[in-house]
Amino acid sequence: MSYLPVLILVVIAIALGGAIQILSHVLGPKFPNPMKNSPFECGMPPLGDARHRFSVRFYLVAILFLLFDVEAVFFFPFAVTFREYLGINMFMVLEMAVFVGILLVGYFYVLRKGALEWD
Amino acid sequence: MDISPVFFYLFAGLAIAFSVLVVLKKSPVASAFCLVVVFFMFAGIYALLDAHLIAAVQVLVYAGAIMVLFVFVIMLLNADSPSFDLGRSHLGLRVGAVAACVVLLGLFVYAFRASPLQVPPGALTAAQIDAAGGNTRVISRLMFSEYILPFELTSVLLLAGIVGAVAIAKRKLGAPEGTA
Repeated sequence: MSYLPVLILVVIAIALGGAIQILSHVLGPKFPNPMKNSPFECGMPPLGDARHRFSVRFYLVAILFLLFDVEAVFFFPFAVTFREYLGINMFMVLEMAVFVGILLVGYFYVLRKGALEWD
Repeated sequence: MDISPVFFYLFAGLAIAFSVLVVLKKSPVASAFCLVVVFFMFAGIYALLDAHLIAAVQVLVYAGAIMVLFVFVIMLLNADSPSFDLGRSHLGLRVGAVAACVVLLGLFVYAFRASPLQVPPGALTAAQIDAAGGNTRVISRLMFSEYILPFELTSVLLLAGIVGAVAIAKRKLGAPEGTA
């Protein structure tokens, strides 16, 4: 079956992650005290809850991520066949360059408008 | 294209289990993360159907970008606050919801039983797709030859999305409309 490498990868990933967790739990020395058991962030006592409201400005970053993510999808079909097309001519690479070029305009627009800056 | 039953039931079972968890989890963030697992299981089923590109898109776009948007909305709405907990719902409402679900389920079962699944014939037969080296290669060949213009127009569409998002979100709040 052609998915065997994927299965092996998944099994190794789970086994490795599980082994590290279990071994450190079993072998690690444990001397708990209230100070050690308390949650900490950067050595500070935690301030409030982790789940508070986010600034709406992060939403723009998320939407831009979504758009560039959809762009990345088109690289999959390109990556599968561009090698065999490269033997004929550069047409496919040029087409991809146009595609990426148009989106780079968008990227520089984002940078120029300072959409990724906090201000 | 033979679907291995073991993997199909594994993916489908986990998808159903985590879908139930999405509904049952109290915390919206926990629900969102269960939904990520559901999307991954769907990707597995797509891969079993030899739709590898769809599987990749499922992981990249749905489990990645769409879920980011979901989690952002949850965080923006502060849905974990106690005021969001609506308490126990009305009994009539619960009965109505369950009844609606049962009717919908019955409708689905009836619809799928009554009409045998007929796949419309595509431009290429399964043997031709196998000979070409799989679905993704076929899509790629068509995308970079016959459908090259729509492909390039997609980038323009995405560009319009980027410009639109930035233009709306970075509007100067003090400035009057149309000048920013």
